[in-house]
Order: sequence, then C-alpha cells, then structure tokens
Amino acid sequence: MGISVSNISKSYKKVNALQNISFEVKPNELFGLIGPDGAGKTTLFRVLTTLLFADEGVATVAGFDIVNDYKKIRNSVGYMPGKFSLYQDLTVEENLDFFATIFGTTIEENYDLIKDIYVQIEPFKARRAGKLSGGMKQKLALCCALIHKPKVLFLDEPTTGVDPVSRKEFWEMLKRLQQKDITILVSTPYMDEAALCDRIALIQDGKILEIDTPEAIVKHYPKQIYNVRANNMYQLITSLNTYEYNHSVYPFGEFVHYTDSRTDFNPEELKAYLESKNLSHIEIEKTKATIEDTFMELAK
Amino acid sequence: MKNNKVIQVEGLTKMFGDFTAVNAITFEVDKGEIFGFLGANGAGKTTAMKMLIGISNPTSGKANVAGFDVFTHPEDIKKNIGYMSQKFALYDDLTVKENITFFGGIYGLSRKRIKEKSTVLIEELGLEEVANTLVGALPLGWKQKLSFSVALLHDPKIVFLDEPTGGVDPITRRQFWEMIYKAAHQGTTVFVTTHYMDEAEYCDRVSIMVNGKIEALDTPKKLKAQFKVDNMNDVFLKLARG
Repeated sequence: MGISVSNISKSYKKVNALQNISFEVKPNELFGLIGPDGAGKTTLFRVLTTLLFADEGVATVAGFDIVNDYKKIRNSVGYMPGKFSLYQDLTVEENLDFFATIFGTTIEENYDLIKDIYVQIEPFKARRAGKLSGGMKQKLALCCALIHKPKVLFLDEPTTGVDPVSRKEFWEMLKRLQQKDITILVSTPYMDEAALCDRIALIQDGKILEIDTPEAIVKHYPKQIYNVRANNMYQLITSLNTYEYNHSVYPFGEFVHYTDSRTDFNPEELKAYLESKNLSHIEIEKTKATIEDTFMELAK
Repeated sequence: MKNNKVIQVEGLTKMFGDFTAVNAITFEVDKGEIFGFLGANGAGKTTAMKMLIGISNPTSGKANVAGFDVFTHPEDIKKNIGYMSQKFALYDDLTVKENITFFGGIYGLSRKRIKEKSTVLIEELGLEEVANTLVGALPLGWKQKLSFSVALLHDPKIVFLDEPTGGVDPITRRQFWEMIYKAAHQGTTVFVTTHYMDEAEYCDRVSIMVNGKIEALDTPKKLKAQFKVDNMNDVFLKLARG
C-alpha cells in the first residue's frame, strides 16, 4: 500500500531525467530521495503524483496504478511541491479552507492531523500567505497537503532555503506524522538529512546509486577514511591531489577526507610526504564515512 | 603588515523605525580569511551585509571595508569587492564569453584586460568547448564555478558569497570549495553568508547572529568545543534555541 516503482524512465528531448528507476516504499515508511539539483527528484515526484506521464515503466501509489487510477491517486495523496505553490493573495486560513473544500472535506474534520503544525501558524491566520516567512510558508504548505488526510505524502525539497531551527522542527513533524498512518516520500539535496529517514535512495543524473537504511549505506563504504588537516588548507589539498597513492581527496569542513589506494597504507608515510611539501601541524586520524562520502564514492 | 584587516566593524547598527535589525555588531576580518557569517532567517544577516557592501546606510557605528568607510565612500567599496549569490549570478541568455565580457565591462576593465582574463579563465575552468554556449544550457555546477570566477574578475580584495553551494552535487561542491581556498590562499578575503551549517564547517572563523546581535564568533573547532557538540548545526541550534 505504500509506493511501488518499477523500471520508470522519462526523457525530455536530450535529457534522460529518469533511467530505469525501481524501488518500494513500505506502508508508513519515511523514505528519502537524496540527490543534488538536476538528479531527477522532481520529475519522479511529478510522475508519481500523476502530473506527468513516464515514457516507460509502471508504478502504484497507495495501491493505485499511476495511469489507470490517476483520479484515485489524486484523492489519496498529499503533494508539497518544491516551489511555494499556495495562493499568495489568500490568507493562511483561506488557503487551508480552499484546499479542504477542493477535497470535499473541512478543516474541522481532519484538524487532529494538522493541529501540532497549525497551532504554530494560527496566530497569523489572517495574514496573506505571500507575507509569511519561509519557515511559516513551509508549515502552511504542509497543512494544506495534509488537510484531506492523505495515505501517502510527497514532499519535494521541503527544507530548501529554510534555516536550521525550522529544518529541525520540520523533521520532528514528519516523524510524528509517520505515527499517524501516513507513508512519506521526501526529497532533499542535503545529505545530513538522510540520517533522519528510515531508508534512502541516493539518486544522481536520473539513476539510483543505492537504496538502503542510512546506517547500512554508510557501512558499505569500501575504504578507511582519514581526516587530514595541516596549517594551510589550499596547499594540503593540492599536495594530496598530486600524491601518487591517493584514491580520493575531498575537502570536508575543517578537514580533508582522504582515502588511499593501497591496502597497507601507513599514515606516517603520508605525513612525511606532506612535510616534504612544507606543510606543518599535520594531523591524520581515522574517521567514519558519512552519507556524503558514500554518495561521492558511488558517483565517482 | 600592521593593517591586515580588510573588514573592521565597530558597534554597527541599523534601525528601521523602532525595530533594531542589526544591534551594535563588532568584528574584524583578516586578509585572505574565509569568514562565515551565519544567522537564522530574520536574524539580520542580510541587513548587515547590505551595509558592508555599501548599499544601505548604517544608523550608527563604524565600518571600514576594503580600506574605505561605509559612510563616506560606499562607491569605492563597490569597486573593490566581488559578489556572488546562487539566486542571481550570470545571464542565462548570454554565452560564457559574453558574460565574462559584460561583467568585465561593468567592473571597468579595459578591453585588452578582459580579453586576457577571459582566455585564462576559460582555460582554467576547462570551458573551451562551451565558450560560445549560452550559460543557461550549462549544468548548475559549471555555472557556479563560472560565476565565482566572474566575481573575481576585477581582483577584488573581498568576495561576498551568498549561500554559494546549496543544492549542488557533493563532488562539484568540493571543487568549488577548492576554488575558494585557492582565492583565499592568494590573498582574497572570502565572506560567506549561509544558513547551511555544513558550509560553515569550511570557514576559518564563523560568526553567528541571533536577533540582530553577534552571539558567537570563533573557529568552527573552538565553537564546537565551547558548546560541547560535534557539528556546527548543533552549535547553531543551541544558540538559536537558547
């Protein structure tokens, strides 16, 4: 009853936006689609919400076929698109009422579902949607997507452009919604949000690189990663890039994540090499792979 | 080497009526430093930055940017800084070469200089094949690297980057940070405003604004130690949530 996608492909003229995409989202699962801009996330959402025909493949959402049962799907899913798509000239309350009416329901009937979220924007219910802050727009959009009590919720980059405090609150809201019998497919370009999902699919250039739980994906990373730092970041990166045994060199905040191509790598050797390049204050320490490391290794 | 400070701000304040958007902020940024300027939506980041780049008059306080006073010489500041934002960067309807020529002209470079710069830049970025392609047709990552280079065309003392790498794929993002490190290494100061905390981790020092004030300012390492957390996101959450 969740989502089932089998060999979906979609092209726009020259661009293969989706290439043979297959995955399953279990009922009540919080499933994340993680990938950069242009990976195909929005196209996939539009196909699954019946706004766009795929060229090939089949899919069901909440048990309904995306082509034959499209009307049933539209009644049983909530969709929050990446771009703010509410009526800017209607107030908060008018927007919500509008969406409830469209789906033949009322705010009162499903108030339970949105209550936690709606109370946060209720003080501004007479304000026009266009005048809300980013975090509040996002909350209103979520309420409007939920007001008909959907079985499946599609959230396309809900946290893009939102500050860390609102992002955190948003994910906490999703966790609570999951308890209320709703299957959630959420997309994000932010790798740090992947850890908050039950399972994730890493996607780039229209292809799925891997599907698993965030913990398992990180465990599958094939190498030992080292945090390297030194007195000069730019020279450190350049020196590591020209080191003949490097496998990967990626700046990672205050460190560089380094992996070596040899099986018998000795950090002392690397340290000596870096010293020969006039670097000082060198630190080399083992570290754990993150989702982002895995993504880069798979996309390499 | 006495005056190595390219930004000096003291008690800088901006009021809109009764509302204090920026409340007496004080900080300094060194030559060649990568400085992160963080804050939640509505914390006053944008207002503060507008004052620093000479497009908004402060209510009170002092600020010197790239050697010029923001009160008396805002036009000189504009000539000595570069600016790149993800929202507005390049003209999609112009080719790579046309964009470079256009921005070179805006920054007042001579035709000869523009030609030289254009050749070097296109070669460095490996854009020879697409030099005459409309920018709109390029992948996002290429556009960003190009727009960063364009912001540096006139060799500014400081380049302001507004959420430079959000949404870009992780590998391209790192290539972009390598370019930033290179610019900093060559002496350009890089001033990054963002509310993506993983971008903050790359900065030499980071300031965090809450309700118009700078509530924290230090290296990411020291801030994480101070708040006893292991990433900048948690530092931010602790500060912003009190």
